[in-house]
Amino acid sequence: MMNSRMLQFWVGVFVLAGFAALLFLALKVGNLGLGSGAASYEVRASFSNIGSLKARAPVRAAGVTVGRVLAVDFDATRYEADVTMAIDSAYRFPLDTSASILTSGVLGENYIGLDAGAEETHLEDGGRITITQSAVVLEHVIGQFLYDKAQEASP
Amino acid sequence: MNGSGPFDLVARVGAWAIDAVRRIGAATLFMLRVLFASGTSIARPALTVREVYFAGALSLVIIMVSGLFVGMVLGLQGYDTLQTYGSEEKLGVLVALSLVRELGPVVAALLFASRAGSAITAEIGLMKATDQIVAMEMMAVDPVARVVAPRFWGAVLSMPLLAALFSALGIFGAYVVGVRLLGVDDGAFWSQMQAAVDFRQDILNGVVKSIVFGIGIAAVATFEGFDAPPTAEGVSRATTRTVVHSSLLVLALDLVLTGFMMQMWGD
Repeated sequence: MMNSRMLQFWVGVFVLAGFAALLFLALKVGNLGLGSGAASYEVRASFSNIGSLKARAPVRAAGVTVGRVLAVDFDATRYEADVTMAIDSAYRFPLDTSASILTSGVLGENYIGLDAGAEETHLEDGGRITITQSAVVLEHVIGQFLYDKAQEASP
Repeated sequence: MNGSGPFDLVARVGAWAIDAVRRIGAATLFMLRVLFASGTSIARPALTVREVYFAGALSLVIIMVSGLFVGMVLGLQGYDTLQTYGSEEKLGVLVALSLVRELGPVVAALLFASRAGSAITAEIGLMKATDQIVAMEMMAVDPVARVVAPRFWGAVLSMPLLAALFSALGIFGAYVVGVRLLGVDDGAFWSQMQAAVDFRQDILNGVVKSIVFGIGIAAVATFEGFDAPPTAEGVSRATTRTVVHSSLLVLALDLVLTGFMMQMWGD
């Protein structure tokens, strides 16, 4: 029978290794911080079409992730999509910032791109971005292209 | 009851159903008994630590080696599929999400059920077969508090740590295969993974899953051991049942939990 000192040592090794693995998952894999624990403020924006934007999609300014999409709802009075996003409190944006829905790569996910405006006052918690640009829907682009081609050919 | 007419057939189904319900009821009552007798496991932590050693520390090697190999295979297979779309940098995302959300908790739980669950059942069953349990009762020592509860809590405590180790080593294995061998970009591998994996929704949910699996396996293993007929055959059957039932339980619980967790993400 193994003595109890040795047994305690191996249990200690096991427990420490287990917590080290959890710490590794949290810090190296999960990037604990932005969007879950860090302080953030909420901003809303309406889009006439959001494409395939989903909750948890990144919000980027100049390509840098500054927040996450919290929720996507349908506004039944104006027939528009209402997007709520959480932006890291470290970043302030002017009131006339514009938001557009962009796609990363050809097959990539949708994300929100913010373009800072020039106002002196900043967006506050619960504020609303009024200048928005909807997602580019591939079918609409192709439809427009075919329509233009038909216009050129007809006269 | 030995005929083969339609009446006997229905009666046999009925007998099976009654037996199944009776066993579920007995298991539930037994679990309540274990919970009420858990005070000893806290008052005498040495008992529980001993069981963490047998259930957890001795499972370290098989869990770590399996995690490493599963991660390496995921790396190879994922790379093969992803490179046809020219997006092999997504390998980190694929491996991390599948390990943290599913494979880590589930495969670690299946290994744990066969490695530690069967041992718990066999030990308790043999103690019963060799009258050690009865002897304890004679000495006014509650065998549930002294034997069963520490094994139950030892297994419950070990399971989340083993699942985390499995996931971590799996990601390391995929890193070795993907980045070192196949030449996926080092920075993209980690940064894409960090962008896609959420601490609460992926990692914590994985931990919650492994805790639930641990409770399930520990409950099945201790109940089967305590309920085993005190014969060589009875113990051997109980051990087999532990592995089969707890594996099925883990897979069924996984389906239910995944359904709930997907609901909570709400996208």
